[in-house]
Amino acid sequence: MSILINRDSKIVVQGITGRSGLFHTQQCRDYGSKIVAGVTPGKGGIHIEGIPVFNTVEEAVRYTGANVSMIFVPPPGAADAILEAADAGIDLAVCITEGIPVRDMVPVKRVIQQTRTRLVGPNCPGVITPGECKVGIMPGYIHKPGKIGVVSRSGTLTYEAVKQITEAGLGQSTCVGIGGDPIIGMQFIDVLRLFNEDPETEAVFMIGEIGGSAEEDAAEWIRENMKKPVAAFIAGVTAPPGKRMGHAGAIITGGKGKAEDKIRTLGECGVVVAPSPTKMGAAMLEALGKK
Amino acid sequence: MNIHEYQAKEILSSYSIPVPRGRVALTSDQVERAAKEMGGRCVIKAQIYAGGRGKAGGVKLVHHPEQAQDYGKELFGKRLVTPQTGPEGLKVRRILVEEAVEIAREFYLSITLDRATSRYCLIASAEGGVDIEEVAQKSPEKIHVLTIDPYTGLRPYQARRIALALGLTGSLCEDCVELMLNLYKVVLDKDCSLVEINPLVVTRAGWLMAMDAKINFDDNAIFRHREYPDMMDYSQLDTLEINAGKYDLSYIKLSGNVGCMVNGAGLAMATLDVLKEYGGEPANFLDVGGGATREKVAEAFKIILEDGDVKGVFVNIFGGIMRCDVIAQGIIEAASEVHCTLPIVVRMDGSKVQEGKQLLVDSGLNVQTADSLGEGAERIVQMLG
Repeated sequence: MSILINRDSKIVVQGITGRSGLFHTQQCRDYGSKIVAGVTPGKGGIHIEGIPVFNTVEEAVRYTGANVSMIFVPPPGAADAILEAADAGIDLAVCITEGIPVRDMVPVKRVIQQTRTRLVGPNCPGVITPGECKVGIMPGYIHKPGKIGVVSRSGTLTYEAVKQITEAGLGQSTCVGIGGDPIIGMQFIDVLRLFNEDPETEAVFMIGEIGGSAEEDAAEWIRENMKKPVAAFIAGVTAPPGKRMGHAGAIITGGKGKAEDKIRTLGECGVVVAPSPTKMGAAMLEALGKK
Repeated sequence: MNIHEYQAKEILSSYSIPVPRGRVALTSDQVERAAKEMGGRCVIKAQIYAGGRGKAGGVKLVHHPEQAQDYGKELFGKRLVTPQTGPEGLKVRRILVEEAVEIAREFYLSITLDRATSRYCLIASAEGGVDIEEVAQKSPEKIHVLTIDPYTGLRPYQARRIALALGLTGSLCEDCVELMLNLYKVVLDKDCSLVEINPLVVTRAGWLMAMDAKINFDDNAIFRHREYPDMMDYSQLDTLEINAGKYDLSYIKLSGNVGCMVNGAGLAMATLDVLKEYGGEPANFLDVGGGATREKVAEAFKIILEDGDVKGVFVNIFGGIMRCDVIAQGIIEAASEVHCTLPIVVRMDGSKVQEGKQLLVDSGLNVQTADSLGEGAERIVQMLG
């Protein structure tokens, strides 16, 4: 078992004919993911790498039964691509695209909240269920099938965490990169809830960073609801206020969003917080009581 | 992206939001002429990309043109240090000269994104002209917040409720409603992440007026606003940050001496954290992008080395899908091109990691490799002694 995706997931790639869209489509397929269709408006009817391309997601779903979408559409059209996936009844839309304007995402979020479609991202590495299915741009080889759920706002920092968790002798049930933008689909809590209900997930590792209050909200939720051990790391302890650290969402403004506050709140809610990014694997073991 | 107060006011004015009569001056002679035009008594406002100017001496009421000129001379070229600028301050290159307005009442008004609801929200308070964060902390009941549903937009009845709560009545209340609706239009049309009027005033003569204005644009939306790059005042930015921007690198100058190059924002932050843990002081934050390419790595390396404070470089690339030998090639090329003799520690992970390391070892550069994040941080700190 896993959450969100598994070996039966049928994936449509929106923006499949773009450079990174095609590259990562091949990578995901090599990992074992079932890529059943691509969508590029105006290019419907062709095949690329043996994958049929459609003009619309609706057609792709109708002809192939796709239920998961991986989105590589560039920023000007990305919001539309997400809405199209939702309109076509896709279960899970994973938007990799970086740089979508906030004004475009406000209505998208409003619509998504009222549909059955789950959105991961934008500006995220994607979702992987090790050994079964990869929908995203993360390197597959660092992952190992197992029982740790991983949820993160970051990309490459997640790879670092996963590597440490794997080196600690633990595998992962599913890893979800929720993205570093101010407006994203699934939040920490949405993913934690799924991990909590997944019988194959024994514990969770959570990776946060400065900015916003998503980590604090997650901490409160964990205290009230989480039945499984949780370990965490928060990046940006040394970040100066008022400077945007790469991610549009990673900024300390008006004294809010500081790493120390997040770390304190998580600790108070029973989460084992790694004191250093070099000790993420160790923190996971500690939370499991194996240290 | 930031713009100056006078530019923000030009935008507000074009949306029928009243602002004081004013002129932008680039020299103290222009300040004098502008002051004459305003009738002698006027307000001199230094234009920098930071708030808190008043207390730092960047805003002054003057009574005649000569006084305006003297003050202009004093301000031009001066570095203003405010709580928002950092210790080095920001240089004044433009001055806004405005008519002096008799103020009866002051308010705070802004629209920004509320991350908790993923919607824009309008924030208003009858405590204007002061630090709104302080008001929010001390007396939250004095702050009125309205979350805007993107389906309906900001509705007149909602704006009216806020205006009434601010104590505005009669036609002034209706003026304020119109002003708020226009402000929301600005946010949408111009892709603003923040529009703030502080203070919004009622003049003695009974008009609403935006006495100060601040606008931040959403960086992600610049692609559909061709005019934005021309509105930037590059003198307000760090030169290295400007260069980095050209290559789509995210760079922030910090105060230490260890140059850092990392792929991915989260990992970059974590790298700074671990460097500090081992006693090092980062000279910068630099994210070359999750999927670092050879070209970007090379450019990033040059930018780091242009910073005179840098005494050593720590490279942390979790390549993943990117090949480490390609990344190593980029580092070697850039370092050789600028004749870098500084100590470099490279921690790489990803495919072809052994080949990458070998290339670095054979390069003749003063470079060491590390297998983990902690080892790399420890080593660069050691090498700098």
